Amino acid sequence: MIDWRLNLRAVIGRAYPRVIGSFREPSWLFFDIFLPLLGIAAFAFYYQALGAPSVFIGFVILGGAMTAYWLNVLWSMAAQFYWEKEVGNLQLYLMAPMSRMSVLAGMALGGIFFTSVRALSTLALGLLIFGIEIEITSPISLLVVFFLTLFALYGMGMMFSSLYLLYGRGVWHLSSVFQEPIYFVSGFYFPVKALGFWVSLLASIVPITLGLDAMRQLIFAGQETMGFLPVSVEIVVLILLAVVFIYGARVALNFMENLGKREGRLTLRWQ
Amino acid sequence: MAVNEHLRTIRWAAWLGWQMESNWTSPFLFIIYSIIKPIMATLIVVFMYLIILKSVNADPVLFSYMFIGNAFYMYVAQVLFGISWVVHEDREHYQTLKQIYIAPINFPVYLVGRGISKIIITTASVIVTLAFGILVLGLPVNIWKIDWPLLIVAMVLGLFCICTIGIALAGISLLTARHGTGINEGVAGVFYLFCGVIFPITFLPSWGQSIAFFIPITYWLELLRRSMMPETISISGLANYSAQEMMVLLLVSILLFLFFSLIILKYADFLARKKGKLDMTTAY
Repeated sequence: MIDWRLNLRAVIGRAYPRVIGSFREPSWLFFDIFLPLLGIAAFAFYYQALGAPSVFIGFVILGGAMTAYWLNVLWSMAAQFYWEKEVGNLQLYLMAPMSRMSVLAGMALGGIFFTSVRALSTLALGLLIFGIEIEITSPISLLVVFFLTLFALYGMGMMFSSLYLLYGRGVWHLSSVFQEPIYFVSGFYFPVKALGFWVSLLASIVPITLGLDAMRQLIFAGQETMGFLPVSVEIVVLILLAVVFIYGARVALNFMENLGKREGRLTLRWQ
Repeated sequence: MAVNEHLRTIRWAAWLGWQMESNWTSPFLFIIYSIIKPIMATLIVVFMYLIILKSVNADPVLFSYMFIGNAFYMYVAQVLFGISWVVHEDREHYQTLKQIYIAPINFPVYLVGRGISKIIITTASVIVTLAFGILVLGLPVNIWKIDWPLLIVAMVLGLFCICTIGIALAGISLLTARHGTGINEGVAGVFYLFCGVIFPITFLPSWGQSIAFFIPITYWLELLRRSMMPETISISGLANYSAQEMMVLLLVSILLFLFFSLIILKYADFLARKKGKLDMTTAY
C-alpha cells in the first residue's frame, strides 16, 4: 500500500534543500543569471557576423536559456545519486521507508525552481540586451509546451539517475559527453529541422528537442516554416515521452537498486 | 637539483592526471569520448554558419576564422579550467590536497603537471577537429603552406599563458566553495565572447574591443590563424599589428600574468592555510 502522505513529505523534504539552499547562497544568482549571458552573447554576435536575421539571435537566447534545464537534468538529476553515493547519503535514502520516486520527484521540483530563475532571467535579459521582439501566438499553448517539456525532461532525468546509480567516475564523463552533442542534435542554437528529418526524429527522444522546436514556433510568430513538426503533434509526443520516461524511471530504479544490492556497489565510493 | 625535482613533479603529476582522465573506461571508449565531444561542439557553430550562408565557399575566410578559433579555444576550455579544477577535485572529491601539500613538491609545478595531461588530450582533439574540418568540411587550410615556426612558437607561448592564468584561477579556487564551476564558466564566457574566438572582434562594441585588446588569448588566437590561414588578417580587426608585435605583446602579457598568478596563488595559499580551507568539503 502506498503511503501518500509519507511520500509527499519526502518530495517536499528533498525539494527543500534545493530551494532554501539557493536563498542561503545569494552569490549563485550572479553566477546563474549573468555568466550564461556571456556565451549566449558570443553566439548572438556570431549570427550578426554571419548577417543572420535577428530572429536567429532570438533562437540563440531561447536555446541558451533552455540549456539551464538540460544541465540541471544531467548534473543534478541524472548524476545526483552518484553524488549522493560519494557523500554517503545514498544508503540513508535506501533505508528510509518512502518511495525512491518521491526522492527523485523532490529533486526535480527543487531543481526546476532554481533552474527556472536562471532560464527566465537569461531569456528576459538576452531579449532586452539584443532588442529582440517576440510575438507569442498562443500563450496557453506555450505554457502547455513549456511544462510538458519540463515534465518529460525531468522524467528522463529520473530514469537516467537510476542508470547512473551503479557507475563510478564514468558518470561524470557520461554527463559531460551528453552536453555538446545534445546541444547540437537537439538544435539549441538553430532550428533542428536543418539537421534533416531522420536526425531530427532521432533527436526527438530528448524531450527538449521538440519542446524547443514548439517554443520557437510559438514565441517567434511567422517562423512556423522552420518548425520540425506542427506544435499540436509535438505536444502529443511530449505527453507520450513524459509517460514513458516516468514509468521507465520506476522500472529502471527497481532493477538497478536490486542489481546494486546483489553486487554490493551501492556504497562503493571513489571508483 | 631543483630543476630535476620540478621535472619529476611534472612527470608524475601528468601521469596522475592522465590516469584520472582515462582509466575510467576502455582505451577505445576513451578515444571515442575524446573525439565526439569536440567534434559535436564544433558542428554547432558549423551548422549555424551553414544555415545562414549555405556553403563553406560562401565566405571561406570567415569560416576559417571561426573554425580555427573554435578548434584552438579547446585549449582554453580544457587546460585552463582543468588546472583550476585540480584544486576542487583533489580537495573535495578525492580529499588528497592535504597530502599533496605535505609532499616535498612545488604546488604550482604540480598544477602545471596536471595540466600537461589535459594538453596532451586536448592536442589530440584539436588535431582531429582540424583534420575533420579540412577533409570533411573543406576548411581551406593547406598544410604545406602553414607557417610552422610561427605556429609552434605561438603554441608554446599560448599554452604557457593558459597555464599561468590557470594557476591564478587555482589560487582563487583554494578560497571558494562550490563556485568553481561558476568561476570557470564566467571566465570561459568572457574569453569566448571577447577574444574573437568565432567572430572578429570588430563586431563587438568599442568597449568590448578594448577588453579584447587586454586579453592575451586574443593575440594568441590571431597568431595561430595567421600561421594557418593568413587571409583571415583582413577581417580580424588586428591587421595593424604585425606577427612580431603580437608576439611581443603575448610575451609581455605572459610575464605579467605569471607574476600576478604566482602572487594570487601565494596569497590565496596563505589565506587558505590561515582559515583552514585546505581540507574543506562543500560539494560532496
